[in-house]
Amino acid sequence: MDFINMTVERTNVQLSKADFESDQMVKWCPGCGGHAILAAVERVFPKIGYRKENFCMVSGIGCSSRFPYYVNTYGIHGIHGRAAAISTGVKIANPKLSVWTVTGDGDSLAIGGNHFIHVIRRNVDLNILLFNNQIYGLTKGQFSPTTPMGKVTKTSPMGTIEHPFNIGELVMGAQGTFFARVPDNNIALMTECMFEAAKHDGTSVTEIMENCIIFADKAHAPVTGKDVKDENMLILKNGAPMVFGKNNEKGLRLKDTMLEVVEIGKNGITIDDILIHDQYNQDPGIQLMLAKLAPPHFPMVFGVIRSAMYPTYDDLVEEQIKYAKETSKIKCVDDLLNSGDTWEI
Amino acid sequence: MAKKKRPVIEREEVVVKFVGDSGDGMQLTGSMFSDVAALVGNDLATFPDFPAEIRAPQNTVAGVSGFQVHMGSSKIFTTGDLVDVLVAMNPASLKSNLKWAKKGATILTDTDAYDDKTIEKAGYKVDPLTDSSLDSFNMIKAPITTLTKESLKELGTDAKTAERSKNMFALGMLYYIFNRDLKPSFKYFEQKFKKKPELVEINKIVLQAGYNYADTIEALESVIQVSAANMQKGRYRNITGNVATAWGLLAAAEKSGRPLFLGSYPITPATEILMELSKHKSLGAKVFQAEDEIAGICSAIGASFTGAMACTTTSGPGLSLKSEAIGLAVITELPLVIVNVQRGGPSTGLPTKSEQSDLYQALFGRNGECPVIVVAASSSENCFYYAYMTAKLSMEHMTPAILLTDGYLGFGSTLFRIPKMADMPEINPPIAQANDPEYKPYKRDPETLVRQWAIPGTEGLRHRIGGLEKENITGVVSTDPMNHQVMTNMRAQKVEKVADFIPEQEIDGAAEGDLLVVSWGGTYGAVHSAVSQMQKEGRNISHAHFHYIMPLPKNTGKVLKGFKKIVVCELNSGQFVNYLRMKFPMPNITQFNKVQGLPFMINELTDKFNQLLEEK
Repeated sequence: MDFINMTVERTNVQLSKADFESDQMVKWCPGCGGHAILAAVERVFPKIGYRKENFCMVSGIGCSSRFPYYVNTYGIHGIHGRAAAISTGVKIANPKLSVWTVTGDGDSLAIGGNHFIHVIRRNVDLNILLFNNQIYGLTKGQFSPTTPMGKVTKTSPMGTIEHPFNIGELVMGAQGTFFARVPDNNIALMTECMFEAAKHDGTSVTEIMENCIIFADKAHAPVTGKDVKDENMLILKNGAPMVFGKNNEKGLRLKDTMLEVVEIGKNGITIDDILIHDQYNQDPGIQLMLAKLAPPHFPMVFGVIRSAMYPTYDDLVEEQIKYAKETSKIKCVDDLLNSGDTWEI
Repeated sequence: MAKKKRPVIEREEVVVKFVGDSGDGMQLTGSMFSDVAALVGNDLATFPDFPAEIRAPQNTVAGVSGFQVHMGSSKIFTTGDLVDVLVAMNPASLKSNLKWAKKGATILTDTDAYDDKTIEKAGYKVDPLTDSSLDSFNMIKAPITTLTKESLKELGTDAKTAERSKNMFALGMLYYIFNRDLKPSFKYFEQKFKKKPELVEINKIVLQAGYNYADTIEALESVIQVSAANMQKGRYRNITGNVATAWGLLAAAEKSGRPLFLGSYPITPATEILMELSKHKSLGAKVFQAEDEIAGICSAIGASFTGAMACTTTSGPGLSLKSEAIGLAVITELPLVIVNVQRGGPSTGLPTKSEQSDLYQALFGRNGECPVIVVAASSSENCFYYAYMTAKLSMEHMTPAILLTDGYLGFGSTLFRIPKMADMPEINPPIAQANDPEYKPYKRDPETLVRQWAIPGTEGLRHRIGGLEKENITGVVSTDPMNHQVMTNMRAQKVEKVADFIPEQEIDGAAEGDLLVVSWGGTYGAVHSAVSQMQKEGRNISHAHFHYIMPLPKNTGKVLKGFKKIVVCELNSGQFVNYLRMKFPMPNITQFNKVQGLPFMINELTDKFNQLLEEK
């Protein structure tokens, strides 16, 4: 892992997992993916290198949004759908904080959809951890905006008739600068992507494919299950060819304007034909294609898909204020009150 | 310039209204006229009366834009009921404003604007200038457009530009009628059109031409003189309620040392506060124009958590959208200033008209037991002070606070005696100290029940707050029944205790008597004027005007008990009166209401008060 260089105040003290463990009982169901995500967060926060007082967790409503209570940082548990809006206020008001927004597929894509796209469009420097379990858990099993079409849930007894969102597509549609996708059963990859997210200046969205053991158990198993994951998961590495399969014998290449799966060593295909991942490419073209891939004809793509450099909203706020302070004649409220047209009586 | 001596009629107060098509420049004309009045020392209040549409069809009643100035040699409390002098630039504006003209009012109108088409468009069957419908007024009919063009002939100005400056011709005529000096306006042109010297010249010529023309035709036999008012010494400026609100918030931020954060979404008639604060980045104001009303308030709550003086500004429908988030600020016990510039409702209602119908919403419009501080400003200039006090109370008592103003206060302007920041009251938010071993999120000051503000980034104070009920003191999530009762009581008592920090309710007039008139918020001017008029006539009547609504001043019950009858006047169907009845169940509280999107007229108030005094 490399060095993070940002506005957030750093510490020379080596922090550990214990620095972020809260004394609160974790009340997620046994077997919930949330436990693994919590473990990953506690593992990555000490490595990021910020003062522990400079972390701020913000959440909305839902199972995921209990998260701030389970980590020992400054935290605010908000209201349904509004975590992105609350986080925006936190970051603008104090850009020295490392802000982590914890939300779910219902919280951020249904009731909070508006805030979600706008925070991304503005590129506020936040790290959004989006727990996607494809179901409403806390209200006990209704379909969400990511539930696959046709799925039977408590509010879709005959199967849903809605097209689900692909989160990566939505993020890039909103001009997102960072998108990563990770499964909840791979703590190492989760940790790595969270670190990359922290490193990224701007809004980072990390989709965590989380298992809800009660209401949508094994929803992600067709992709991330032990028996199929070699064939159905492609884990990206920046600068490396996009290969997958048990022995990395398969890969993606660009044919005409489409991606295709090829087998290395067959039909004259060599590793040199395989696409090299460039997460920093400002043009989201290939990245968007990657985000949309899914079985049965393609593997689903994991890791950091996009991490492009753009100015952040909060930096631009500071810049305008700095310029105004340097150039304006109005330095204090007394100046303001006496500015313009005034007269003595 | 006038050479002959004209007789002078001294008037204590005069109401002048400029009306015309949306594009006729009536706002500018009106504000220039009032600036000159202010310079000679008149007290004044102004109100722009513009249509909800940006540019409604030309020459229709829907497209009429107006600017009213009430100026006087004594203290001016309202923007004026009926008009003494009406400047109407076209038939539509005459049609829609004639009802506001006093009997015998002077009406100046541009005869060039009257042709078959414009007369019909305005809804007249016959030309009102030719039938006898205007006989009871003192009509000054002038071919303003023609004369304006004529005056610019030598300059060779194109017809379009010439026509556009006809408002300055009318203004020049008015300056003659009120014997005003033209120099300040000349100076104004020089400043405004620094980069366009030809416009300076054009405007000067037209203004002077209007003045000279009025002199030539002897527009009025006498000069209307409004002498300087006996105002408190000091430095003054003209200010609208919305700008005053914005500046009050900036002042509170500076005094408290807490940086200002505004999260808002544009909405009439509150948008000007957002626009004004956006200008003041040099004072460190961070202004976030959010994607919606909810994001506006939620971003402000996030900012408040980090220790900023957080605000959100809106009008009625926006306040509805913010309700759930206000609850979050109540349960997290974070300071937050919510400004509601009230307008006519329900729903979209009357966006550009004024009403006091959001009081219930401010007091009660949330789920759960959810008390907040509610304060109301009563004049355009005191929006500054009450915005300041709302922010002070919110921060010092760690609770959200709603400031109610309204469209009339927000858009209207009054003279503002410029305060010194050194004289403003101190603001001391309860900031928690780093590494305080005693710190607990919901540990409270035993006197005020206020918890401490522990700012993220501070060492040794990491904590979590949120929308779930918390255990008292520790702040751990709790569903314990008795704890919920305790926390509910604490939140209510904390707000009630604010009464110890606000002034007692004042009574204008005797503390005991036959009739107490009660009002609150933006109706002060009209109600005060009506009551003082009747007091001068020797009637047994007193007035109590409320600025602090939740909590009420501690002596409120005592104030009410001193009178045989009480009448609560408000621009809604009786929201404050029912709140008072709830708190002080007394049989002698009556009410007087109006929900027309219009302010009270002084004579409708005095009629009501006289009737109440006469009834046994």
